[in-house]
Amino acid sequence: MSERKRVEAMAWVCPVPLRQYDRVLLGHGGGGKLSAELVEHLFVPAFGSAPEHGLHDSAVLEPGEGRLAFSTDSYVVRPLFFAGGSIGEIAVNGTVNDIAMSGGQPIALSCGFIIEEGLAMDTLGRVVELMAGAARTAGVSIATGDTKVVNRGAADQLFINTAGVGRIPDGVDIRPDRASPGDVVIVSGEIGVHGVAVMSEREGIEFGTRVRSDSAALNGLVGAMLDAYLDIHVLRDPTRGGVAASLCEIAAAAGVGIKFEESLLPVPAEVAAACSFLGLDPMNIANEGKLIAIVPPEGVDDVLNAMLSHEHGAGAMVIGTVNDEHPGVVTAVTRLGATRVVDLPLGEVLPRIC
Amino acid sequence: MKYLDEFNDPVLAKSLFDEIRRITTQKWSIMEVCGGQTHAIIRNGIDQLLPDDVELIHGPGCPVCVTPLGVIDKALDIASRPDVIFCSFGDMLRVPGSSRDLFIVKSDGGDVRVVYSPLDAVNLAEQNPDKQVVFFAIGFETTAPANAMAVHMAKERGLDNFSVLVSHVLVPPAIEAIVGSPDNRVDGFLAAGHVCSIMGTWQYGPLVEKYNVPIVVTGFEPLDVLEGIRRVVAQLENGEAQLDNAYARVVSDQGNVPAQKMVEEVFEVCDRNWRGIGQIGVSGWRLAPAYRSFDAEYRFDVVDLDAPESELCRAGEVLQGRIKPNECEAFGNECTPRTPLGATMVSSEGACAAYYQYRRLTGTPVGI
Repeated sequence: MSERKRVEAMAWVCPVPLRQYDRVLLGHGGGGKLSAELVEHLFVPAFGSAPEHGLHDSAVLEPGEGRLAFSTDSYVVRPLFFAGGSIGEIAVNGTVNDIAMSGGQPIALSCGFIIEEGLAMDTLGRVVELMAGAARTAGVSIATGDTKVVNRGAADQLFINTAGVGRIPDGVDIRPDRASPGDVVIVSGEIGVHGVAVMSEREGIEFGTRVRSDSAALNGLVGAMLDAYLDIHVLRDPTRGGVAASLCEIAAAAGVGIKFEESLLPVPAEVAAACSFLGLDPMNIANEGKLIAIVPPEGVDDVLNAMLSHEHGAGAMVIGTVNDEHPGVVTAVTRLGATRVVDLPLGEVLPRIC
Repeated sequence: MKYLDEFNDPVLAKSLFDEIRRITTQKWSIMEVCGGQTHAIIRNGIDQLLPDDVELIHGPGCPVCVTPLGVIDKALDIASRPDVIFCSFGDMLRVPGSSRDLFIVKSDGGDVRVVYSPLDAVNLAEQNPDKQVVFFAIGFETTAPANAMAVHMAKERGLDNFSVLVSHVLVPPAIEAIVGSPDNRVDGFLAAGHVCSIMGTWQYGPLVEKYNVPIVVTGFEPLDVLEGIRRVVAQLENGEAQLDNAYARVVSDQGNVPAQKMVEEVFEVCDRNWRGIGQIGVSGWRLAPAYRSFDAEYRFDVVDLDAPESELCRAGEVLQGRIKPNECEAFGNECTPRTPLGATMVSSEGACAAYYQYRRLTGTPVGI
């Protein structure tokens, strides 16, 4: 992994040729000179990926032997910048993580910007710098991209789509339906942090200590885990819907039951307080730098040790097991020792009144 | 964490479970009135760990669940109007009206917003003078003071574009409707701690005396709930019926007097329909005449809008402990958490929704 270059994104200054416009115009997505200036003076310098043969309609990759993981995700975050991250890091890390959850090491990302006319050029510049920094940290290049500018009101400031391909090492077979009775469920660290960070920023609610998003690329962690034990059955990054949704989806896909101990879930005090205050459940809150691993019992020690020695897995915990007692259903053993069913939330997670 | 961890201690909880088991010699049915307590009970599995002889009946204390269909339809009608910003607490958004919910209104172009305080809605009204801002003022005595304060502030600030759709309900009349019913099976009540933090405990003494029923003011963390249950069982086993306060760290006898004064100024008592139960006399609040101009029902002319409850739904009987959810023919058939017909299936901790989940776990077929 390449060393992370210190990005002073918040102090980003528009390059000279772009300074004439302090806001993005419709023309910046029009395919003419303004578009070309944006690519030449903003994207290419930041992403450092101008190919040897000049800019072309597509990037050309040489994937080599073996299987590829391929994933895409669109990022619509409000506010664009929040404690511990921004739409830029999330757009890179989210897709890198989706690839990593198949065991893939990312080779290249594409990046599509949909920009609302009038967005401050500085804002776009900061986001691009933060994306570039995140890509360097993850060791992936942003190889191709596209920019569209839409009329004011037709988008909320800035939407980003990224897609990516990654190479899956031989012998790796990670998919949700491989969860088998007897397997052990591990989470990589404290849950609920990202969702609470964004929520507190969005709603202007403070919860004592400032909660910072956990946004991180997990391909390095996954690589270390696979180096320690190849036959990991399932990996999942519990983003929207949180740990609860991920476990429910795995249980449904594999036709197995999953049972975990609530007291073992690593929930930071600030997240617990925020959730208690708003009537939310930390298990439903989004994470952006955590994973769930389902591993056969004989691999648990190796995987856990590899996780604990990695910066993004230092808080890893075994939380439960896979069983054949209640197929398709996830249960939690409460702190008091009772058992309850954990279900997928129907849609948006909503604060409760009572 | 202060006030969370201490009241969630598994060792102390076990000693309370043991004590309840030790003193219980016969069958008792205890109703927790507040939806927040039901949530704590289901979330922690307290009902599973009590002795078989202690049955908890989940009462009508979830304000979202008991808001009648007619009022939801009024909200949907108002929220659909082009000049309106409709503000609500989050969990009202998915409560189904006759044909849709607030999420669907939003997707159809309605300006529906989740707020965390009614005062946010007042500020929105100030910031959007060309819009009508309506706040959906639902809830028990707990949410009423802030809602009253919002109306009071709007009047002080001279905001003629702010109004509230009120569907406030009151705990004591609901308890009386249940305990006074000829086929009542509730032996004792856990009164809602947060309601009492506003109103005090003085309203409950007359109920205890009139119906000879123990009422224990109870909090919301697992140990609070268990202590409330223990005190009710102890009274029942001793043949006593008293008003007791097991939540004294928050609740005083007189309650929050300034909050009560604010409520008295802005609201007046009225009859209310309860979803699943029907009409209960003097069981709610509406805006007092001096504040009637802030009433969204009049401003948007929806006073007479009404909607019949589902004929299939037997939520009222479930809420009063007369039938188990699966004894209702609609359970798991027409009525599921995804397509709820009544109060008790709407909220995830409603008695029917909780029962539905439990059936999934045990592999019992849900529905016919």
